[in-house]
Amino acid sequence: MTLLLQYTIIFASVLSLVALGGCFAEHSGVINLGLEGIMVMGALGGALAMKYLGAETPKLVMILVVSLSAIAFGVLYSSLLGFASINFKADQTLVGTAMNMLATAVATVIVRSLNTAEDPNNVSTTIQYINQKKAFLVNLNGFEFNWFMVMALCALIISTIVLYRTRFGLRLMACGENPQAADSVGINVYKMRWAGVLISGLLGGLGGIVYITAGVSEWKFEVGVAGFGFLALAVMIFGQWKPYRIGLAALLFGFFRALSNVYSGFPFLMALKLPGTIYNMMPYIISLIVLAFTSKNSAAPKAEGIPYDKGSR
Amino acid sequence: MKTKKQLLKNPTFQTVLASVLCIVLGLFIGFVVLLLINPAGAGTAIKTILLNWMTRGTTAARLKTLGNTIVKTAPLLLCALSVQFCYKVGLFNIGAAGQYVAGAGMCLYAALAWKLPWFVCILLAMAAGAFLGMISGALKAYQNVNEVISGIMLNWITLYTVNIILGGSSLTKDPASPYTVDLAASNPKGVIPSLGLEKLFSNNRFVTIAIPLAILIAVLVWVILNKTKFGYELRATGYNKEAARYAGMKEKKNIILTLMIGGALAAAGAAFFFLTGYEKWSTTQTSVPGMGFNGIAATFLGGLHPIGTIFSSYFIQHITDGGALIDKSIYPSQISDLISAIIIYLCAFVLFFKTTLTIRLARQEERTIERELEIKAEKGGDNE
Repeated sequence: MTLLLQYTIIFASVLSLVALGGCFAEHSGVINLGLEGIMVMGALGGALAMKYLGAETPKLVMILVVSLSAIAFGVLYSSLLGFASINFKADQTLVGTAMNMLATAVATVIVRSLNTAEDPNNVSTTIQYINQKKAFLVNLNGFEFNWFMVMALCALIISTIVLYRTRFGLRLMACGENPQAADSVGINVYKMRWAGVLISGLLGGLGGIVYITAGVSEWKFEVGVAGFGFLALAVMIFGQWKPYRIGLAALLFGFFRALSNVYSGFPFLMALKLPGTIYNMMPYIISLIVLAFTSKNSAAPKAEGIPYDKGSR
Repeated sequence: MKTKKQLLKNPTFQTVLASVLCIVLGLFIGFVVLLLINPAGAGTAIKTILLNWMTRGTTAARLKTLGNTIVKTAPLLLCALSVQFCYKVGLFNIGAAGQYVAGAGMCLYAALAWKLPWFVCILLAMAAGAFLGMISGALKAYQNVNEVISGIMLNWITLYTVNIILGGSSLTKDPASPYTVDLAASNPKGVIPSLGLEKLFSNNRFVTIAIPLAILIAVLVWVILNKTKFGYELRATGYNKEAARYAGMKEKKNIILTLMIGGALAAAGAAFFFLTGYEKWSTTQTSVPGMGFNGIAATFLGGLHPIGTIFSSYFIQHITDGGALIDKSIYPSQISDLISAIIIYLCAFVLFFKTTLTIRLARQEERTIERELEIKAEKGGDNE
């Protein structure tokens, strides 16, 4: 039971971080379908930091450096989206898709080259961090507390304040609702959209490193992050682009994702004799059903996905 | 000088120019990455990627390798057409990857478990793909679910389902390995016939009539989209949903139909590949095959034109196979995926490139006309 709770909370942390990232980008008017790729790059940044720091690094340094490295990778990578979709008015769906493919390819090439350079027989795309990972964990009576959980909670609270209580947040949202009106009162729409995209890179990158350290102690970069970035988008839609609702939606989705990790520990689930793969499918099925019921009256920002052109009416 | 400008104004030429620029830039970045990994062999590696089958020693081996690349081009072409058909109607069919998986699962199950002949298997596969497309389409039309997100969810659901179904029966799965059983041994009627085509590629038995069929479908897609009322309605829906509805077109039905056709195309691609027996399905694979995603690359590189897509599909498959031939002890073969991904990213700039080019040319033309008028006016003044 504690295990289920632990996995639910850690996966919910990942989902809420990444969904908040999507939330910032969409409130500024840019659909970020590249979150999946941003997660991969964040995961790569964090994993490389862990690989080179070694296991003897003090805990605080480890947590800070790994998080910052993941964030830096995520932010840098998200600028690809900003550059193409804001400055060059490119099709945001196409750019996002390209970013997802590119991230997995880049991560695979980098990790494999590093592995082969160290040992010519090692052609895997795996990075191990079993000892380094311990820096993030605190054992509380069998519940493995993870510092990333606190970060996710902080991100939720800060996002709520930033979006609804600061000038920046309100201006950001104006750019996603009616950029022409925002421009007419002197808000620089392009700058605001860049801010939205870079914040989504920050949160998405952080989400990536949390995801690959949740439950496992090595990661095969060939597989990317298995659609988790898109699950986060589903969480964002279910959460109606509002941070506190995103938090709740993330808990629900996190629960179903956690089931696939721990279902074998529950006798009544084992008694059903379902193939284990069914539990792997659960989060995707749930999100399809949830989307079918919540997308109709969506509170999506009105101008999202439309490149801003000063000359258009 | 004038002909050069006219050429630049020609939209077809602009598209080809843009695609070539994307390829050159993509290859250049790929080359830089190779240099960074290991400068010594980078030249040979990029050459191998570009030459692919031409690096083989004998003519027979070259033809055989070329045949293999072409066998894999057919499914890629159909996935690209699937993405393209939907894109013309304003839908981004990222679900092509899952529809491809559904097609693979269905055709293999029909061929191995039910021992059906190949053409029935293809039709069943297309039905399975169309079914997936219908789910995405209905969700989009009636519940306003973004087809990209529902497509991704369905990709994963389909992958797991196909693994369960193909892995669950001893008729389909080889008990000693995670792969499906050999198609030619289990059901010879299930293999797509080659009708002598294999002789052109030094008896590469995987070269079948699937290849001419795929090209035929590409032409058919072009005809349907551009020369029929149905295609016109679909494109009109894509340009402006509200206007299409106002003009009496059923935009909901059109959305669903489009994704169904897209699904059938991608699934047919899978059948065209797996029914040659070239590859078996691994029932333990944990990632969605890249064919559908590469289709996105091929379709945009092909300038969103079915005929251009034939060439771009071949090119993408050509460098992917070339990547598999490079020295794996130094370079990762995924370098080709990297190049394809960069090419798609660059394709996003194509529209901007074209509009800027057109605007600049128009401005230049305006200026020359103005200048001519000025000269004329001056001359007129002299005469007086």
